[in-house]
Amino acid sequence: MTSAYKPFLLRMMGSSQWLGYAVAIVFLCVLIPLLNLAVPTGNILHVSDYTVSLSGKILCYAMVALAMDLIWGYTGILSLGHGLFFALGGYAFGMYLMRQIGTDGVYHSNLPDFMVFLDWKAYPWYWVGTEHFIVAMLLVVLVPGVLAFVFGWFAFRSRIKGVYFSIITQAMTYAFMLLFFRNETGFGGNNGFTDFKRLLGVPIATSEMRVLLFALSGLTLLAMLWMSRRIVESKFGRVLTAIRDAESRVMFSGYNPLHYKLAIWTLSAMMCGVAGALYVPQVGIINPSEMSTANSIEIAIWAAVGGRGTLVGPILGAGFVVGAKSWFTGSFPEYWLYFLGLLFIVSTIYLPNGVMGLAKKLMEKRS
Amino acid sequence: MQRILTGTKPMRVEKILIAWMLGWQLLFASSAYALVPTDMVILASDDNDQRIATLSTIVKTGDAEAIPFLEKLLDGSVSLAGTQVLIVDEDGAATDALTGKLIDLPFDAEDVVNNNRMRGQLEATIAALNLRSTDVAIRLQAAQTLRESDVYESALPLVRQAEAIEKDKEIIALLVKIRSGIELSSSDKALRMKAAKELASSTSTEMKQLLASRMEEGGETDLEVCKAISASMLAIDNRLSYYEYAGTIFTGLSLASVLLLAALGLAITYGLMGVINMAHGEMMMLGAYATYIVQNLFRDYLPGWFDAYILVAIPVAFMVTALIGMVMERTVIRHLYGRPLETLLATWGISLVLMQSVRSLFGAQNVQVENPSWMSGGIEIASNLVLPYNRIAIILFSLSVLLLVWAVLNKTRLGLFVRAVTQNRSMAGCVGVNTARVDAWAFGLGSGIAGLAGVALAQIGNVGPDLGKTYIVDSFMVVVVGGVGQLAGAVYAALGLGIASKFLEGFSGAVLAKIIVLVIIIIFIQKRPQGIFALKGRSVD
Repeated sequence: MTSAYKPFLLRMMGSSQWLGYAVAIVFLCVLIPLLNLAVPTGNILHVSDYTVSLSGKILCYAMVALAMDLIWGYTGILSLGHGLFFALGGYAFGMYLMRQIGTDGVYHSNLPDFMVFLDWKAYPWYWVGTEHFIVAMLLVVLVPGVLAFVFGWFAFRSRIKGVYFSIITQAMTYAFMLLFFRNETGFGGNNGFTDFKRLLGVPIATSEMRVLLFALSGLTLLAMLWMSRRIVESKFGRVLTAIRDAESRVMFSGYNPLHYKLAIWTLSAMMCGVAGALYVPQVGIINPSEMSTANSIEIAIWAAVGGRGTLVGPILGAGFVVGAKSWFTGSFPEYWLYFLGLLFIVSTIYLPNGVMGLAKKLMEKRS
Repeated sequence: MQRILTGTKPMRVEKILIAWMLGWQLLFASSAYALVPTDMVILASDDNDQRIATLSTIVKTGDAEAIPFLEKLLDGSVSLAGTQVLIVDEDGAATDALTGKLIDLPFDAEDVVNNNRMRGQLEATIAALNLRSTDVAIRLQAAQTLRESDVYESALPLVRQAEAIEKDKEIIALLVKIRSGIELSSSDKALRMKAAKELASSTSTEMKQLLASRMEEGGETDLEVCKAISASMLAIDNRLSYYEYAGTIFTGLSLASVLLLAALGLAITYGLMGVINMAHGEMMMLGAYATYIVQNLFRDYLPGWFDAYILVAIPVAFMVTALIGMVMERTVIRHLYGRPLETLLATWGISLVLMQSVRSLFGAQNVQVENPSWMSGGIEIASNLVLPYNRIAIILFSLSVLLLVWAVLNKTRLGLFVRAVTQNRSMAGCVGVNTARVDAWAFGLGSGIAGLAGVALAQIGNVGPDLGKTYIVDSFMVVVVGGVGQLAGAVYAALGLGIASKFLEGFSGAVLAKIIVLVIIIIFIQKRPQGIFALKGRSVD
């Protein structure tokens, strides 16, 4: 399938590839910050705080969509657990942010308010070390990574695939959501983490911090895109595509699909964790509803709308769907689910290769 | 000591005096309230010990005719002027309780005041006397009052007698409790022994509490009786834990039947057709809403037949959801055969649209679906084991739906075609089976069964737009564990998951139980990736 895309991919990434990256970096790190901070409010070129935080959110979602493309678009494994990995990354970083609140909470205790409420006297063991930024960053990738590795090892070893795998990952996500909803789990129960005050000792609710996090998300996304591009073009990536198209033939050729699947699955989960960690300080809250099964399925539709197996497509898909969501929920909240539902149906039936596939078709017709 | 002696002696003298005074009065006038006049005067006096002793004798004689006077006494309309007992009604008009004649209220008349203890004793006495009433409702109320009050030993013959002739089961149960209570605190050791031993065969926590309270400080002093009581308590404990065990199995069965109902439709659409229908839960939701509509129609137009609405709701729910399922299959799923992951996403989209439609039509709030009256209540086997009728009905219902599905698949032409298409689609097509039509029918059948599950769910839980989402993960687990292409697998998986989760809930709470079950499923799939029953064949993906 990838070979069929080659002319298109080449056009996307040939000599103009580096130019594209450069433009994106300037856009993210210079243009938007300037337009937000330097241009006065009311000026037509001014970018509002709302737009910056919405775009920052979309950039984080785009990372998840990219991770989804690696595992679904290239390896053919539909994960309904990516929302969980995303939320776990968010929770891991949220623990650090909660510690940064210090004694500024409602109860002026060293513990987060919800622990005071539960009458706990000390942090539980799994909070150990989360006051250090480095530990928190490690947890952000390790928690989703280890969970994905263990789960994937069991699932891929017994050759669970296709919809079976999707359903099992959905069940896992569901179980974690139930777990995090409990107050006794020690992650704030229903309300999750919120009311963050500082990040690395710097106040978090400022325009400068918002722009900084936005730019950081953009750069991370670009780095992930570059890394994913390298992966899918490598021999490893070719094997992944082969597994997607005919797993048994890959096995007969002497490859063990287990290692390949497990590697890309774990990597994909870690990418989600990073995305979650960047997302939480930008929206200022993380709670168990992020783990709902509906969220994970929505991630799949970002990839499907944009076009699976194109890397750029899912990023655009995430931007389109999340943008549409914020527009609908603002203007016509009752029609959002109709739109999303129809998007699911139309894109699966009429757009098997997404918007990118459609664009490619149109270009081929013209030439 | 001195005070009591001086207090009681004049009272005795007074009593004789009163008796003597009233004795000759009685020759001329019969009492308006059938009570011995001396008793009446004592009851209206202010010596509570004397009054209670009198009440005790009244209970012993069991004279129901004393009730009206006692009731007057209880509601505070009795006054005493010297030795004259007066009934004063609301308007202040006074009647001589003895003669029933209207008289002027004497200036020295004093209201009879009842403290709480006295009030309780009066109520208990009235209740004890009421046990002989011919009206079942009065007897029941009397038994309930007695159950809650301290009864004196003199009521024992009355209670025994009532127990012997009582027909109503509920009253008998109460009477047994009252009698055991009296016997256990009796002054007669043999009686206490007998009661303690009898209670060993009890099945109620109340009886255990009764025994336990007797074992407390200041209760039982006799060693032998103590032994008998603790033996009985142990016996009750054992029996209760046995019933608790049985109760867990029952709730497990009931959960299993709900899971089975939800999974049966999936067993057809996924198990046989290989279509992942994420909108299956929404089909159940639609079935529940169909039940709601039928119920409302019955309430508005046929209120007399309300209890029968469920009989209409069942076919209506089936037809509505089957029709929607067939439309779904014709318009969307047909285009996606062979692409299961895309089917999953498309049906998820359908589920969102259905959910939002229901929200727009009926509102986001839960709607009320009422059980038919014959479904409320339950069979009480022991105090800690009640089998609700609606749960029993659902177990039976899911069994009959299972039977129906089995019959359709194995005994009808449609079932034959469905099985043929499942085993080899192109070959079935070659021999003339219209595979496209079979797909539509089979999908309609699966969706219709989801609708039936919705009717059942409406009887035991909330009906709201999110109803389907709560069950979809569980029902998919049933199909995954059960294995593809088999009904038997779904049945065993539903039973296993249902009972296992209820037992785990007992140890670890509902949420952890769910998580443990999911972990068990994942481990189970390690051993048997194809579920309990694997479809034997050479099919390769």
